Amino acid sequence: MLYRESGQYKSSYAADQAIFPIRQDRWGVIAALLAIMFIVPLVASEYLLHSVLIPFLILSVAAMGLNILLGYCGQISLGTAGFMAVGAFAAYKFATGMSYLPTPVVFVLAGLVAAAVGVFFGLPSLRIKGFYLAVTTLGAHFFIEWVITHFGWFTNYSASGVISAPKIFLFGMPIESAESRYMFTLAIVIILALLMKNLVRSAIGRAWMAVRDMDVAAEVIGINLLRTKLIAFAVSSFYCGIAGAMYVFLYLGTVEPQGFDINRAFQVLFMVIIGGLGSVLGSFLGAAFIVMLPILITNVASIFGSAIPTHVLSNAELIVFGALIIFFLIVEPAGLARLWQIGKEKLRMWPFPY
Amino acid sequence: MLDVMISDPLFAIEVLVSGLLSGVMYSLVALGFALIFKASGVFNFAQGAFVLFAALTFVSILEMAWFGEGGGILYFIFCLIIALVVMAVYGIAVERIVLRPLVNQPLIILFMATIGLNFFTEGFAQSLWGTEVHPLDLGIPDMPWEPLRDATGMGITIYDMVAAGIAGILVLSLSLFFSEARTGRALRAVSDDHQAALSVGIPLQHIWAVTWGVAGGIALIAGILWGGKLGVHFSLSLLALKALPVLIIGGFDSIAGAIVGGLIIGASEKMAEVFIGPYFGGALENWFPYMLATVFLLFRPQGLFGEKIIERV
Repeated sequence: MLYRESGQYKSSYAADQAIFPIRQDRWGVIAALLAIMFIVPLVASEYLLHSVLIPFLILSVAAMGLNILLGYCGQISLGTAGFMAVGAFAAYKFATGMSYLPTPVVFVLAGLVAAAVGVFFGLPSLRIKGFYLAVTTLGAHFFIEWVITHFGWFTNYSASGVISAPKIFLFGMPIESAESRYMFTLAIVIILALLMKNLVRSAIGRAWMAVRDMDVAAEVIGINLLRTKLIAFAVSSFYCGIAGAMYVFLYLGTVEPQGFDINRAFQVLFMVIIGGLGSVLGSFLGAAFIVMLPILITNVASIFGSAIPTHVLSNAELIVFGALIIFFLIVEPAGLARLWQIGKEKLRMWPFPY
Repeated sequence: MLDVMISDPLFAIEVLVSGLLSGVMYSLVALGFALIFKASGVFNFAQGAFVLFAALTFVSILEMAWFGEGGGILYFIFCLIIALVVMAVYGIAVERIVLRPLVNQPLIILFMATIGLNFFTEGFAQSLWGTEVHPLDLGIPDMPWEPLRDATGMGITIYDMVAAGIAGILVLSLSLFFSEARTGRALRAVSDDHQAALSVGIPLQHIWAVTWGVAGGIALIAGILWGGKLGVHFSLSLLALKALPVLIIGGFDSIAGAIVGGLIIGASEKMAEVFIGPYFGGALENWFPYMLATVFLLFRPQGLFGEKIIERV
């Protein structure tokens, strides 16, 4: 009875186009955001912040990036980890080479570098489609990985190829404790999520969806395929680049090129698919699911004590992870976002079944 | 690069031939992909894990030596049959449990399911048979073929030639199967159009079970040949990444394409590594095949032998 839009009249275009047109949604989201911003850092433990929430937020940025490309524009890409690596190492070069730059500027610059690389590797998408494109983006991934490991310039000639992020400051305050890193990450994530939500509702977002549904038809109605696909690659890589930069600067601190291996790309792909293609919320739900799942499996396994040898455990984790992925795909191929939507519909109708 | 080739043409030919032969080995893995894609339109990322599972099963049964030590060729064939049955059953089970509920879903969902299957199979195979490296001796010497080396000085190994021969037989029999056998023709019909095939009375589910079973068998052959070369361990499942560029050069749905693609990738990869590699600090083999494949695709987006994509609005 509480969740109903009856009696809420829209009397202006602005009200009609609001992101959350229903009052209950609006207040719910604001309340949730306030809780995430102010209550979570107070009550959450250092472990929860550092090992669960920060990676979850960072990877959901990467998932949003891939969702733009795959969920909205329909271009399959396995280059996510490569573009994250570009962002991470670009941010490192900017931060060490031009240390006077403020951190947010470094992140944006890193995102722009990743976007440029993404546009370059997105060029073949004009001719190559579907799984053929997936394999060529996989090639982009391996190429980027090779360039970063083989040319010492990218790691400032560190012998092991490992980079350590310099200390970062925001308005003169050091960002070091888990709480401050969490807040900073959260701020970036909120900005990027808002940006994405508005992008996909705009003309370019509708053009992406037209290309996704059928690119030849989209071309016929006057959508410039080159421009649309390349913008999708640019925006997607921008998000992935920022995610990569945050991964080094706000989460791990040190990273080697192998930190962005092909499994990272699959991980983000899983987030997008499990969360829901073509949904901003889905990127977050998917990221939460994929980040929590291994932690959950390890915790469940630890209940059975240390009797299980580690190699058995790691194989069991593979089995459970793979089986759960398949299970989720069979049960709800449209993703968690779809479940959320169904739940909301049910709530609206309650207490009537339909 | 050119001056080396001109000054030492025999060396260049040796590199080329050994590249071609190792390319055939890539084709073996790619064949499994192509077969399933051709019959059901599923891009089975788990083929690499299948190769690992098949080789591990075979080698573990072989090491158990049920009928005393060194059972000889008969025991070898016995293990081969057991492993073949295991793989066929596993393949059919996958079709039944994973893919049947996902019929009519978008291809990307099916693709993700096979990535999940990849994780599952890797974990399953290793918890069943352990994670240690198993050496596998097939009795074929991995040594340069003496007569050829004496005559020309080129070191082409017998093992590579035998492997190429087996791959050739496999391709030939598969092509014959697809063009002559009743089931093979039914497979082609299914790949063309599921509904049309159903309407002329082809049992779809039966056909898919056959495909997955055969793909399991190909994985076994690839696993044994690669295992004899590298030893049987986890890295066999990474062969899938090697097979992908082979696959897209040839075209996803072409058996012949898998072989030709393998030859192109194998030869060019070796040539690039030997003649261009030193200028860039080596280790080109991870990305070079992909870049080559991309260039090919720019001219033929459906691969060399892939079915032409005709889009109608």
